[in-house]
Amino acid sequence: MQYDPNIPIWLQVMTRIKTDIVTGKSPPSGKLPGARDLALAYSINPNTAARVYQELEKEGLCETRRGLGTFVTADAGRVKALRDEMARKAAEDYLTRLSLLGFTREEALNKLQEDF
Amino acid sequence: MLESIDLTKKYGTKTAVENVSLRLTPGHIYAMLGPNGSGKTTWMKMAAGLVKPTSGQILFDGTPVGIESRKKIAYMSTEPYFYTWMTVRDVGKYYGDFFEDYSPEQYGRLLAEMELTEDLKTSTLSSGMMAKLKIAVTLARDAHVYMLDEPFNGIDLLARDAIRGCILSRFSPDRILLLSSHLVEEMEAIADQAVFIKAGRLAETADLEDLRTREGVSMADRYRTIFGHEEATK
Repeated sequence: MQYDPNIPIWLQVMTRIKTDIVTGKSPPSGKLPGARDLALAYSINPNTAARVYQELEKEGLCETRRGLGTFVTADAGRVKALRDEMARKAAEDYLTRLSLLGFTREEALNKLQEDF
Repeated sequence: MLESIDLTKKYGTKTAVENVSLRLTPGHIYAMLGPNGSGKTTWMKMAAGLVKPTSGQILFDGTPVGIESRKKIAYMSTEPYFYTWMTVRDVGKYYGDFFEDYSPEQYGRLLAEMELTEDLKTSTLSSGMMAKLKIAVTLARDAHVYMLDEPFNGIDLLARDAIRGCILSRFSPDRILLLSSHLVEEMEAIADQAVFIKAGRLAETADLEDLRTREGVSMADRYRTIFGHEEATK
């Protein structure tokens, strides 16, 4: 994975894992690699990898069971909410970019309709 | 903990390292950065117990470095240091004779990772293969501290991934890893702390994720800010 060195690495890896959760590549209740293996898989510092799990836990997307490892939340409602959050974020990004190009909100939405 | 206190090294009238006070704690991967001749190598050689400080101290777990600390600190210098008649296997044995913490199994694993085989003669190795061999044999020790001076030098893009993997595999909460490199970008994701050395002095230490979070700044950006344009990152 290529990283943007100006954005926290934990955030970039976290976004990737969130995508895996939303798409079902990492299914609800599924086991995630340990922080050490995550560090190796993503070629990142192990402290950064630990941070990824701390942040995912804070958002209720995974839980660590002592001695067993880290698991994706079993809460399907939480996963659905994450999907909505991520879609909303993508839509916001689109609107922001088009506003930088001088489009009004309405024009941006219309453009989406026309072109796709 | 590896700690230097007011550490200074002079060679005649030239000061290579000047009053550097620096603390490296276990559980971190440090990137030591600075242009050529800024004193990184000299600092590492003093930490390895190979060069005596002119003044100041360098302590490992509270004791001045020396014969004892050398058993626990694995250091890779930039110079080649194998005899030309040696095979890759001989290099491992040679290390085994010197260091009690050397692990042949670990060496085997690292060689496989680096795509090197034991019967290769060191005299026939390309510079990239030689660089990989040095890293493999250094990391084959079960040391408390690993100091690698320029581990990415002369190594192609694909092999750098393997090297990053090997370095990360040696991380543990009770170990210190210190890497120096001109290839700043290669260390952005694997290091968590940066130590900037400018003209023999400690310019700054930084937590990299902190730097990105608070200022949206990368290690390479910071490097450019500190060292200006006279030495652009390659």
